[in-house]
Amino acid sequence: MSVGPPLWLLAELTYRCPLHCVFCSNPTEFAATGAELATADWLRVLREARALGAVQLGLSGGEPLARDDLEPIIAAAHSLGYYINLITSGVGMTEERIRAFKAAGLDHIQLSFQDSSRELNDFLSSTRTFELKSRVAALIRQYEYPMVLNVVLHRLNIDHVDEILAMAERIGAEYVELANTQYYGWAWLNRDHLLPTRAQLERAEAAAQRVRARLGSRMQIFFVVPDYFETRPKACMNGLGSVFLAVTPDGTALPCHAARMLPGLTFPNVLESDLRSIWYESEAFNRFRGEGWMKEPCRSCPERHKDHGGCRCQAFLLTGDAANTDPVCDLSPHHHLVTEAVARAERAAAAAGNGTPSAGPGTPAVVSRPHELVFRDHRISIAVEHGSGATAGGQARGES
Amino acid sequence: MIGVRPTAKPSIAHGMRLQWEPAQAAHVLLYPEGMVQLNESAGAIMSRCDGVRTVADIVADLERTYSTSGLTDDVHAFVELAVERRWLELRE
Repeated sequence: MSVGPPLWLLAELTYRCPLHCVFCSNPTEFAATGAELATADWLRVLREARALGAVQLGLSGGEPLARDDLEPIIAAAHSLGYYINLITSGVGMTEERIRAFKAAGLDHIQLSFQDSSRELNDFLSSTRTFELKSRVAALIRQYEYPMVLNVVLHRLNIDHVDEILAMAERIGAEYVELANTQYYGWAWLNRDHLLPTRAQLERAEAAAQRVRARLGSRMQIFFVVPDYFETRPKACMNGLGSVFLAVTPDGTALPCHAARMLPGLTFPNVLESDLRSIWYESEAFNRFRGEGWMKEPCRSCPERHKDHGGCRCQAFLLTGDAANTDPVCDLSPHHHLVTEAVARAERAAAAAGNGTPSAGPGTPAVVSRPHELVFRDHRISIAVEHGSGATAGGQARGES
Repeated sequence: MIGVRPTAKPSIAHGMRLQWEPAQAAHVLLYPEGMVQLNESAGAIMSRCDGVRTVADIVADLERTYSTSGLTDDVHAFVELAVERRWLELRE
C-alpha cells in the first residue's frame, strides 16, 4: 500500500482555554498531559511537516490565543507556504494582535459562538464572552480576513438555527459551520444531554436549507451531519494516517486529534522523533492504514474503500475495540448502541419539555438543570484522570 | 457562453490562494479549512488569472503555450464554474 503525504497539520498549541464548553473535543484528561512545546519546537514541527507536503495548517487548542508566540509561529508558517487557519473562541484577541497576525501572514480566522443568544452562549461556555466575540467578529471584518463562523449544535441550541444564521449574516461571515456535536472528549461525557432529537435535527436542516436558498453563494453554510442519526459511518480523517496529522500541546503526534484514547498504541512525540519517521514508520500511524486491520462486517464490505470503516475512536468508545466497525453503520452488530443513545435522548428531551418547536433561547428546562452537564474544567480533568470524578466518571462509564 | 465576457479580468477570489504543491504534483487552491487539487488544465487556467489578463488573453496564451486552438469554450466554461464556486472573481 502506498502511503501519501500528510496534507493537513493541526497544531494544538495549548490545552489552556478560558472557556468551559460542555462539548469540548479536547481529551478529558488534558490536565495530565506534559509541558507545552516551546516556540522553537513548533517551528521545527512546521518545517518538517511542510517538507513532507502538509499545506493546510490549523492553529488550535484549547485557545491558541493563550500562547504569546502566535505571531512568530504564523510568520514562520507563512514563509513556509502554509495556508494558515486560526481556530479561536476570540478570547484574547485584540486589535493589536489581529493587525500583527495580518502582517505575519495569517490567512483566515474561524470564530466560534456557542449560540446566537448571549444567555445561552455564556451558559454553554460558562463564561461571559458573547459581547467580546461580537467585537472580535467586527475586527475580523475590519482586517479583511475571510471569516468562518463555527457553532457547535446540540439539543440545547439546535432549535436556534434561524437566529444563528441571522447573526452570521449580521456579522458578515462568509462561511458558517453548523457543526453537530461529535461525541468525543467532554461531549462524550455529556452525550445524553447533548444529543438532539430527530425532529430537532430535521427542523434545523430545513432551516439551514431555507437560508441557503435565500442567500445563494453569498454565505456558504455547512451542515455537519451528526453521525448518530446516520446508517453509514463518516469517512473519518479519510482513514487514519491518510492525510491528517495532529500534534498536541506536549508534542504527541496523532493521526486524529482524538486518537490518544486508542488503547495499545504508543504515540510518538516530536521531541523524540522527526515527523518523517513518525508519519511513515511509526506503529501508531500504520496500525489503521489500509484495510488489513478490519474485522467483519467491514472486511468483506464493498463500501470499505469509501468510508474506511468509519471512526476508530467511536468504535472504541462504543464497543471497546477500535478495530470494530463504527457502530454508526447499521451493518454493525453494535448499531443498537447508537440507536439506543438516540432513543434515550428522545425520552430525555420529552421529559424535559425541550426539543419542541417552541423551545426558545435559554429555555428554563436547560438552565434549571446545569448540574447534569459536565463543564470542561481543569479540576474536573484531574478528577477524571484519577478516576475519582463523581460527576464525570460516573456518566462516562455508566451507559454503554 | 453565458455570463463570462472575453474582456473580463479574472483573479483568484478573496481569501483563496493558488499555489503549486510539489508533494501533490499539482496546483492546489487553498481556502478556509479546505483545499482543491486542480487538474492540469484547471491549474493552467487559474495560474493565469492575475486580475490583469482578460479571458481572451488567457485563451490566446493557452493556445500559444499548448500549440492548439479552439480553447475558448472550455476556458469560458471553466471560468464560469470557478466564479460560481467562488474560486475566481471577475472584473469587467
